[in-house]
Amino acid sequence: MKKLLSLLFLMLSFSVQASGGGFDLESPDIDLSDYPSLERGAKYYVTYCLGCHSAKHIRYKRIAQDLHLDEAEILKNVAPLGAGIYDQMHSAMNAHDAEKWFGTTPPDLSLIARSRGADWLYTYLKSFYAEPGKPTGVNNAVFKDVAMPNVFWQLQGTQIAVSKTVDGHEQVTGLKLERPGQLSPKEFDKLVNDLVNFMVYVGEPVQLERVTMGKYVIFFIIMFIAVAFLLKKEYWKDIH
Amino acid sequence: MKQSINKVSEWFLERFPLSDLWHDHMAHYYAPKNFNIWYFFGSLALFVLVNQFVTGIFLTMNYKPDAELAFDSVEYIMRDVDWGWLVRYMHSTGASAFFIVVYLHMFRGLIYGSFKQPRELIWIFGMLIFVCLMAEAFMGYLLPWGQMSYWGAQVIISLFSAIPVVGDELSLWVRGDYVVSDATLNRFFAFHVIAVPLALLILVFLHIVALHEVGSNNPDGIDIHENVNWQGKPLDGIPFHPYYTVKDIVGVGVFMFFFAVVIFYMPEMGGYFLEHANFIPADPLKTPEHIAPVWYFTPFYAILRAVPDKFAGVIAMGGAIAVLFALPWLDRGKVRSIRYRGGLFKKALLLFVISFIGLGYLGTQPATPMATTVARVLTAIYFGFFLLMPLYTRWEKTKPVPDRTTPESSLEERIPLLLALYDEIAPVEQTSRKFNPAGLKAVLIRFAKHLKESLD
Repeated sequence: MKKLLSLLFLMLSFSVQASGGGFDLESPDIDLSDYPSLERGAKYYVTYCLGCHSAKHIRYKRIAQDLHLDEAEILKNVAPLGAGIYDQMHSAMNAHDAEKWFGTTPPDLSLIARSRGADWLYTYLKSFYAEPGKPTGVNNAVFKDVAMPNVFWQLQGTQIAVSKTVDGHEQVTGLKLERPGQLSPKEFDKLVNDLVNFMVYVGEPVQLERVTMGKYVIFFIIMFIAVAFLLKKEYWKDIH
Repeated sequence: MKQSINKVSEWFLERFPLSDLWHDHMAHYYAPKNFNIWYFFGSLALFVLVNQFVTGIFLTMNYKPDAELAFDSVEYIMRDVDWGWLVRYMHSTGASAFFIVVYLHMFRGLIYGSFKQPRELIWIFGMLIFVCLMAEAFMGYLLPWGQMSYWGAQVIISLFSAIPVVGDELSLWVRGDYVVSDATLNRFFAFHVIAVPLALLILVFLHIVALHEVGSNNPDGIDIHENVNWQGKPLDGIPFHPYYTVKDIVGVGVFMFFFAVVIFYMPEMGGYFLEHANFIPADPLKTPEHIAPVWYFTPFYAILRAVPDKFAGVIAMGGAIAVLFALPWLDRGKVRSIRYRGGLFKKALLLFVISFIGLGYLGTQPATPMATTVARVLTAIYFGFFLLMPLYTRWEKTKPVPDRTTPESSLEERIPLLLALYDEIAPVEQTSRKFNPAGLKAVLIRFAKHLKESLD
């Protein structure tokens, strides 16, 4: 029994997901039953991400199904021009060009929420800051020297880093908005939140259904245990 | 109609000893009547084995063992195959559940002396099952072709290269390439779906045949065949069927409850059942920051890392498993069950449990100098438990063993006791319950005293 309990504690202790390398991660509000948020997120994904990053494990049809949207609506409002309803979210950029332009192929993002976690994604997307020496003009507080430019620069505005010297190394401890963008910080946070919400959904489209189904399965199993237990008691009543 | 059915069954029974088999292994196989909660894990292991077989067959229908296609085919199963996600989660959770169940099953053997004479061979077959299970899990883990699959396999296979003289050739032969590649994936797939399951099935069969030859042990560690009635039936035994079949069904139900909670609510189990880095496709050019095996291998992985020299580490890791085979001959204790064993053995066992769990935890963490030092101490305890066993079990002062099994209080009988404890910690005052620190303290002191007594 002791061993069983300790094993459980061991497994529940804490997850070993990628950390932000010393920079505190912020938590987005993830709600997969908020279909309008997911739809906005899908739209933002197509607008800001799909140019470079595919999400090839999800089809437009699946998004329409899961978000209870009309197929024609998805094609008109979300999917890029020319995409079919059965298409997966493919990027138009070819890997060879990408390698030449960025030095690395932008990864497929279907599963990024499962490998990095929602908190990391949310904080990462918000943590670009201006650094003049860089090819893209920006660096990132969570993912140092990332090859990706800040695709939200017009919306977010320009951030600069507040750094402190820790153990002789300069470390980014905070970010300050220097020049505001088209959106207020609150509106921008909401946009990133919607996008991350969508990424979490894309990571495992079945998760909403899975959780809903779980309670019926568990209810059935509890009933099963009750019947099995009574059966056992009946058989064992003469055993002393 | 009835007549023709009878004829057919007669025809069949004249040619196949079905009723004898049923008699020998179910209806007239006498098992001790005092089995407790620890005795569920054998039948549960069988249940999980069936789960792995059935879900594995369905996964194979859509999985593609090809380095280019493997990762995507798993995601295809998760998204486009009807119920594919459920089958995959049942298989991945089943793998971890298998080890939980098997570790508990082995621990049962350890505390009640089920490995001791005359059940040495059952233990040996069981250990062979354990080794096959590890091979099965290791090779199965490569198949999703994620970063952890790839680099985990890379690290473990490269261990072969630590063997002097033939090492490099050997690891090349195992991989079929200079790095883990398509060739490795294909052979691991073949082993995972055909060779090892076949070996497992045969070993499970032998394990049960050997068990039914000598009979089941029990929490008192006594031989129920020494007290028989006028018919020659053991007084403390009951037929396996129907008594233990109906009881094991309850165990299966409770197991399914926990299994379903994981599958439906936490299939990744916080990164322990499905590691986060394994959602990134395998990339031979990018080594992950921190390579850790899945939780069930971490105790052995921690032992490997604790030893400074690579080859010595491999020997230690192999030795940690090999020494378990020798357990029936290392233990010189006169009694089987922990209930009647001496304090020395109980304390050693407690240390062993601490070291095993501690090593398991350290195996998941990055190796810092502090962690390595702790891992070395725990490794010494792990081996000390086994290698010093011939000495300390010889000196232990055992308690008298009863002739007949002692009655176990059942779950329902324990409920009033638990309620009394709850009342003591949080007594009812007027209408609401209030937490009583003095009550909690009294309970804890009693528990500590009880623990100390039971260790003597």
